[in-house]
Amino acid sequence: MPEISRDEVAHLADLARIDLDDAELDHLAPQLNVILESVASIRGVAGDDVPPTSHPIPLTNVFRDDVPAPCLTAEQALSGAPASEDQRFSVPRILGDEQ
Amino acid sequence: MSETLIPFDDVLASYDPALGLEVHVELNTVTKMFCGCPTEFGAAPNTQVCPTCLGLPGAMPVVNGKAVESAIRIGLALNCEIAEWCRFARKNYFYPDMPKNFQTSQYDEPICFEGYMDVEVDGETFRVEIERAHMEEDTGKSTHIGGATGRIHGADYSLVDYNRAGIPLIEIVTKPIVGAGAKAPDVARAYVGQLRDLILALGVSDARMEQGSIRADVNLSLSPKGSGVLGTRTETKNVNSLRSVERAVRYEMSRHAAVLGAGESILQETRHWHEDTGVTTSGREKSDAEDYRYFPEPDLVPVAPSREWVEELRATLPENPTAKKTRLQAEYGFSDLEMRDVWAAGALPLIEATVAEGTAPQSARKWWLAELLRRANDAGVELADVGVTPAQVAAVQALVDAKTINDKLARQVFDGLLAGEGTPEEIIAARGLAMVSDDGPLIAAIDEALAAQPDIADKIRGGNQAAAGAIIGAVMKATRGQADAGRVRELILEKLS
Repeated sequence: MPEISRDEVAHLADLARIDLDDAELDHLAPQLNVILESVASIRGVAGDDVPPTSHPIPLTNVFRDDVPAPCLTAEQALSGAPASEDQRFSVPRILGDEQ
Repeated sequence: MSETLIPFDDVLASYDPALGLEVHVELNTVTKMFCGCPTEFGAAPNTQVCPTCLGLPGAMPVVNGKAVESAIRIGLALNCEIAEWCRFARKNYFYPDMPKNFQTSQYDEPICFEGYMDVEVDGETFRVEIERAHMEEDTGKSTHIGGATGRIHGADYSLVDYNRAGIPLIEIVTKPIVGAGAKAPDVARAYVGQLRDLILALGVSDARMEQGSIRADVNLSLSPKGSGVLGTRTETKNVNSLRSVERAVRYEMSRHAAVLGAGESILQETRHWHEDTGVTTSGREKSDAEDYRYFPEPDLVPVAPSREWVEELRATLPENPTAKKTRLQAEYGFSDLEMRDVWAAGALPLIEATVAEGTAPQSARKWWLAELLRRANDAGVELADVGVTPAQVAAVQALVDAKTINDKLARQVFDGLLAGEGTPEEIIAARGLAMVSDDGPLIAAIDEALAAQPDIADKIRGGNQAAAGAIIGAVMKATRGQADAGRVRELILEKLS
């Protein structure tokens, strides 16, 4: 029986940079629980002999040769950027969560 | 901010260090890990990007087969098992240097695992166990604008160039290295150094630490002596020289001991290494921020290297650099002390290449260590980047062997080579460096010197051959160093016997 707590939902929202207020958390946490429970019912069907599937098609080793392909121009690359400077993407100040 | 430190020897009296090293190797493939964008260094910003490495919607990555090959070869050289089947995984985090909002990496199914490398420190061998080596991709490059220091803290905004995003990386992770005691800093340095040599020998990366194509993260913890319980670790990021690896370990050992000695706990955190001051400072706390929610990458199919392919790649492995070192030392007849200096200077491949051009090993050693190393140090570059090639060293020594020049004149030929004045022969001609090969001018100079120092001439006549040195010196001076000292000696002795 899966159960996702309100705190876990708040944590996931934080990781995903989604700003949820208390009312939204109260509203969404139970809904997520219902979804998880529905999906969990699949567990009842899959036996130990059914391995989890990450890829629906049984392909392996699809490789590309190490040969250059055409790139975008810098203008094309930056065309969708909200802001740019010196041919670079301009992003807001990065605080706290340095990788 | 200055930290309290405990002297290194005192640390060891109370604690056992445990090390862990994570080394990122940037591969030298022509294209990126999952797209065909070129990887060439130094291109104009955002000119080596495409929808895949920019993470644009709908873009489909495809694995670079050459990068998989390099990963397997690295794993085999590190005595690893090669996975029969493994997947890529998404490591989810939000940071602007990774435009997809995840890094394509490997999680619990690394392509290489369970290996080891034997590391030599002062003639003693430490076995460093390798936990895993996995494939992933590099990030873009951020420039922080505003703020006083150009660092991230206090910056107003950042500018990102994604040319580097998606370049193949292999991350090599050791198991905890325990039992090194006082040698922990040296073991860390030797491991990264030997790993770099191995990567170079494999030819899979430029392996330039100062340019970031090899980057080391140093994990360190202390446990109370004899307890055998691992302590809380810190991870010092981006330590980019062998010397810094050693210093960072030493510094963190002293800092940890001070914190623990004061009855406080070590905070599990990322530390930043400061090359200039040789200290680490607190970075990000490793709490729930490190919740990467890995899951198998749905856009890439699993990698299942056939055993035939793995064996084919095993057959391409070069001689182990450490074994090769032992072999070459014996072949070249270098003493342990000579070999230590050669190795420390990174001169062995250069000497090997020079010897391959026909130069005697001791002559090759002499030029690289006595002459060119000094110039490299003066210029603040690695010996390999000093600006003279092994072929040029061999050409200079060949001219010495042919008695066209002597060692002293050869130094001036190196001056000319470094100044880009052409081939050794051209430099000798242009600078007028050729030795006086005709006996006539030498005899004239000898006569003059003997006349100026009749007492010396008498001594030589009386059988004191050592006295000839003074006359040779005078002749060398008169010919501006362009005489063959050996020939001058012969002529003096012929004349006075």
